[in-house]
Amino acid sequence: MKFVAVTSCPTGIAHTYMAAESLEQSAKDAGHEIAVETQGAAGSQPLPAEVIAAADAVIFAADVEVRERQRFAGKPLVQVGVKKAISDGPGLIAQAVAAAEEAAAHPEVLAAAAAAPASGGGLATKVDSEAGTGTRIRQWLMTGVSYMIPFVAAGGILIALSFMLAQIAGGKRGAIAVVNYNLTGTGADAHWNLATNFNLTSGMDWAGLLFVIGAASFGFLVPILSGFIAFAIADRPGIAPGIVGGFIAATMGAGFLGGIATGFVGGFTALWISRRKVPKGVRGIMPVVVIPLVSTAITGAALILVLGRPIKAISDGLTSWLNGLTGTNLVILGIILGLMMGFDLGGPVNKVAYTFATTGLATAAATAAAGGTPLKVMAAVMAAGMTPPLGMALATTIRPGLFSEPERENGRAAWLLGASFISEGAIPFAAADPWRVIVSSMSGSAVAGALVMLFGSTLRAPHGGIWVVPLIGAPLLFLLAIAVGTCVTTAVVVALKSTAKTTDADLVAEPAATTAAPAV
Amino acid sequence: MALITDKLVVLDLEAPDRHAATRILAEALDSEGRVTDLDGFLADVRKREEQMPTGLPGGIGIPHARSAHVTEPSLVFGRTAGIDFGAEDGPATLIFLIAAPEGGGEEHLAILAKLARRLVRPDFRQSLHDAPDSAAVVDIVTREVVNQ
Repeated sequence: MKFVAVTSCPTGIAHTYMAAESLEQSAKDAGHEIAVETQGAAGSQPLPAEVIAAADAVIFAADVEVRERQRFAGKPLVQVGVKKAISDGPGLIAQAVAAAEEAAAHPEVLAAAAAAPASGGGLATKVDSEAGTGTRIRQWLMTGVSYMIPFVAAGGILIALSFMLAQIAGGKRGAIAVVNYNLTGTGADAHWNLATNFNLTSGMDWAGLLFVIGAASFGFLVPILSGFIAFAIADRPGIAPGIVGGFIAATMGAGFLGGIATGFVGGFTALWISRRKVPKGVRGIMPVVVIPLVSTAITGAALILVLGRPIKAISDGLTSWLNGLTGTNLVILGIILGLMMGFDLGGPVNKVAYTFATTGLATAAATAAAGGTPLKVMAAVMAAGMTPPLGMALATTIRPGLFSEPERENGRAAWLLGASFISEGAIPFAAADPWRVIVSSMSGSAVAGALVMLFGSTLRAPHGGIWVVPLIGAPLLFLLAIAVGTCVTTAVVVALKSTAKTTDADLVAEPAATTAAPAV
Repeated sequence: MALITDKLVVLDLEAPDRHAATRILAEALDSEGRVTDLDGFLADVRKREEQMPTGLPGGIGIPHARSAHVTEPSLVFGRTAGIDFGAEDGPATLIFLIAAPEGGGEEHLAILAKLARRLVRPDFRQSLHDAPDSAAVVDIVTREVVNQ
């Protein structure tokens, strides 16, 4: 068989090359061919495209992100740490053989990723083609969410800034008046039209400018969510039906649930059509005419005629249920979201809570002044995601004896990670001592979530930690909630670790800063 | 300047743990004027070591770093009765301290890459085990890595 591999390591002068040598030797011994790209410090020679195309399987033996990994999309993949390649080259080659045979036996599993091999472009999906159905549904959703987040960030922060500016320039009514700005108004509305009337000296007009741009960005949330769910399912053919379907969903008021539905309908329609066997003459026009035409028509019609109304009803129901939550129920919601955020620190459960909050922002979109449950949910989720690393950081500061030296170093980085709402900052601690750390992070996050709900702090930005505190409603109480949650996490983890006497100096934590990615 | 000289070979390395062993090897670099700040360099090596231990199967430890305190790409070789470098299959008997300058030139890094590739080969390791003296070690490394 023919294989390609990429090896890489943090320093790039030793393990990268040892792994490459080991793989080459092992492949040769087993009678296979392999070409290895060493992404090390001595510069890397990219593998020729035709070599990749001819490979039966791909091996990543890498401790740092593989550069330009989309080149390998659609190939059976074996992914391990760099040391595995050095210590067990023959075993890894055997795994690659198994992966290649598995793929040859079930070509449809990889077909989704390979549907448009030449058009992979720079866009990446979070889809692992070997995962089970449940995992893949989550990966499709997360691909959509990850492409939506920049629009949420740009729109949310611009709108929050516009409200702040409007409050300064226009007084108490400013934040309510600013939503009247638009780009198309005529007649009685003409003075709100920024395209025709923009006064450089008017603070309200500047606030309006930020609002109009932010609202435009928010207008893309559902279409982008839908489009990139479809993209994750069907690759490039999914984008047109997904985005058009999502736009229709947004227009009908079916919200993000409608967008999720059109993402799936669009993706699977495009996938189904692109897999049809067609005569040679038609094949050339399939990707440019037939697939987009048919899949977009089917997706749009399905939403308008069948799915739209029930989804709108569900969406309206959910929104009014959320907005109707008050007092105790709201606090309970805060506790549940907090427990979820603290449970797996950036894993799937955490992401469900986070997605719930950001899509809630999308629903609340450009609606008037601050307030409303979705904004409180966002604030609660962010607070709950900040306390786990902060709590660990505080614990390593006040009781360093309970932690190993690598953990104490992680603790110093965790201050910044926590403050920036990167829950993953607590992962090194949880990896070293799962249940004590997770119990403590869930406790603190639940308290933080509940307190934010109780205090009624609101947040329009989907991310940012303390850097967006100026945009938060009731910021001091928000910070108080975080402080209390942090102290709870610290107290619980210190108590659990002290009673267990795990002052074992050999506790080894996973590398911290190198693996921490934003919680998105 | 050569990657390794007989001053950079320690055939009877004795140390209580890997950090002490690394320090002894790094002191050889210091006395040859290949590092500007011994403690700074050791801190860089330690930082790498703490990301993940550098012990490897086959009795090998490769503490290494790219560091601003290194002036010449260098290899210090140490042979010991066994010091734990965190490998799964037991202590390391061959220790290679690899020092690369922060902005090292391509050509030097390519030599280090070749060295790393040789380390995986059992016959290369065996020849280092069997080397009778420092000069023999320098010969082997120069023949296998530098002049190829």
